[in-house]
Amino acid sequence: MITGEDVDHISWLASIKVSEEERAAFVASFNSVLDYFHQLDELETDDVEPTYRVVDLTNVFREDVAKESLSQEESLRNASRMENGYFKSPRIV
Amino acid sequence: MAGGDVIIGLEVHVQLNRLRSKLFCGCSTDYHASDPNTHTCPVCLGLPGTLPVMNRRAVEYAIRVALALNCEIQGETLFYRKNYYYPDLPKAFQITQYDFPLGMGGSILIKGEDGEEKKIRITRVHMEEDPGRLVHAGTIDRAKYSMVDYNRCGMALLEVVTEPDLRSPKEARSFLDKLRNILEYLDVFDGGLEGAMRIDSNISLVGGERAEVKNISSHKGVEKALAYEITRQRSARRRGVAQVQETRHYDELRAITVSIRTKEEAHDYRYFPEPDLVPMRIADWVPEVEAELPELPDAKRERFVAEYGIADDHARSLTSEIRVANFYEVVAKRAPSRLAAAWIADVLKGELNYRDITIDKFSPDHMVEILSMLEGGKITEKGAVEVIRTILDHSGDLSEVTPTRVVEAKGLARAGNDAVKAAVRAAVEESAQAVADYRAGNEKAINFIVGVVMKKTRGRADPGEANRLVKETLDEI
Repeated sequence: MITGEDVDHISWLASIKVSEEERAAFVASFNSVLDYFHQLDELETDDVEPTYRVVDLTNVFREDVAKESLSQEESLRNASRMENGYFKSPRIV
Repeated sequence: MAGGDVIIGLEVHVQLNRLRSKLFCGCSTDYHASDPNTHTCPVCLGLPGTLPVMNRRAVEYAIRVALALNCEIQGETLFYRKNYYYPDLPKAFQITQYDFPLGMGGSILIKGEDGEEKKIRITRVHMEEDPGRLVHAGTIDRAKYSMVDYNRCGMALLEVVTEPDLRSPKEARSFLDKLRNILEYLDVFDGGLEGAMRIDSNISLVGGERAEVKNISSHKGVEKALAYEITRQRSARRRGVAQVQETRHYDELRAITVSIRTKEEAHDYRYFPEPDLVPMRIADWVPEVEAELPELPDAKRERFVAEYGIADDHARSLTSEIRVANFYEVVAKRAPSRLAAAWIADVLKGELNYRDITIDKFSPDHMVEILSMLEGGKITEKGAVEVIRTILDHSGDLSEVTPTRVVEAKGLARAGNDAVKAAVRAAVEESAQAVADYRAGNEKAINFIVGVVMKKTRGRADPGEANRLVKETLDEI
């Protein structure tokens, strides 16, 4: 069961503010999603290997070749705040 | 700082900075002299819709390192997302390894606190991407905001984690020196570049909780940071204040550690397998990489002892840096190998360390020339040291300062026998008091007279030879 505290915790981790109404709505929808997945618990999985991937691919590589990067202007184009070529962010410690 | 009550484990982040491109994109790794945010692309900026593609050579380098650190290599290895919200990570997660890291259960040998070889166990070696670099306006605990440079973001990083086997800051430093040395032998790492090696450390006193000290930015800073932290924990204990488990930030400028309040939840990383990367099956690749591993420091040291007949201490010193070892081998092929070992390990290395420069600044040809003049009795040991110093302090064209020219220009040629004998006679005549003391049975008085001889020949006499001649003269008269 997901509670209001769980929603607080998750929103804190994601650094997203959630209003009182949203909090209640998230409790309901998280629980509904989890309930849906709980159907899987009915299956017998003792003899099943864990699955990490659904695509049967391995060893996809690129060669170690340097290519041109974006310019500083392009790099910073979506930034809401910048200073001397840096992205500017609130202090978080 | 020994005392045996200190327990240290290290997490060392090393950049595979000999690669040309980043771990998951083609941005160049050559950003050190560049303006901020000039080595980025949609992948390492974490823009929506981009996909990481693994750098093959980064994996090869990682396998090399794991093998050299005597790890078991996982036949199949996976990447995970480590989720945390911090401005150095534009995606709000770091692609790293968790279960099934590339290497586990390794070890390396270091020179322990007691001078004996000591085995330090390595828990794991895993690959990950480097976060960006934060520049704080002011110090970390007072800055109002951060500025972010993503040039570093996405560099291939290895995290090497040790067991808590280290017992002093000095052992921690030994470990890091050895690790750096091995990485440079493997040609995957240049420790001279800023930010190449960054260290987090877990440190506690026996019976106390541990502090995690973060942000130690060099193998040289580690001794200072840990020594500070040990003193801090000891004095807290004396005052009856119990150490609590905490994270502390090392402030290099002030050379202290400060507690950073982190909410417990911040460690809730919610790891899950990275869906944008496929697993790597590397079992078949390992023997190939292993076959091409270069000679590593411990093996080279043994070979130097056997092949060149030099002392183990000299061999250890010479092999503690790949460039010094290569320099020695060039010289030893053209000069007496033991003499070369002593002069490079005991003199040249010291002069380089004192000036904080590398051996690239000195030519093996010059070393051969100096050793040959020494052997032929053309200069004294003191003169040879002077030649080395003059060359190292010379700025500009090195072809101007061959050892022969330095000897001529500075008048360092060893004084001929006649000149020394004349100086000895003059010195004995001038030092009536010392001569009287010597005759009265004070053997040490001879040192005074030898000093006068050295002064008269401006250091160009061999002190042993001068001593013998003074004694002879005194006993004659």
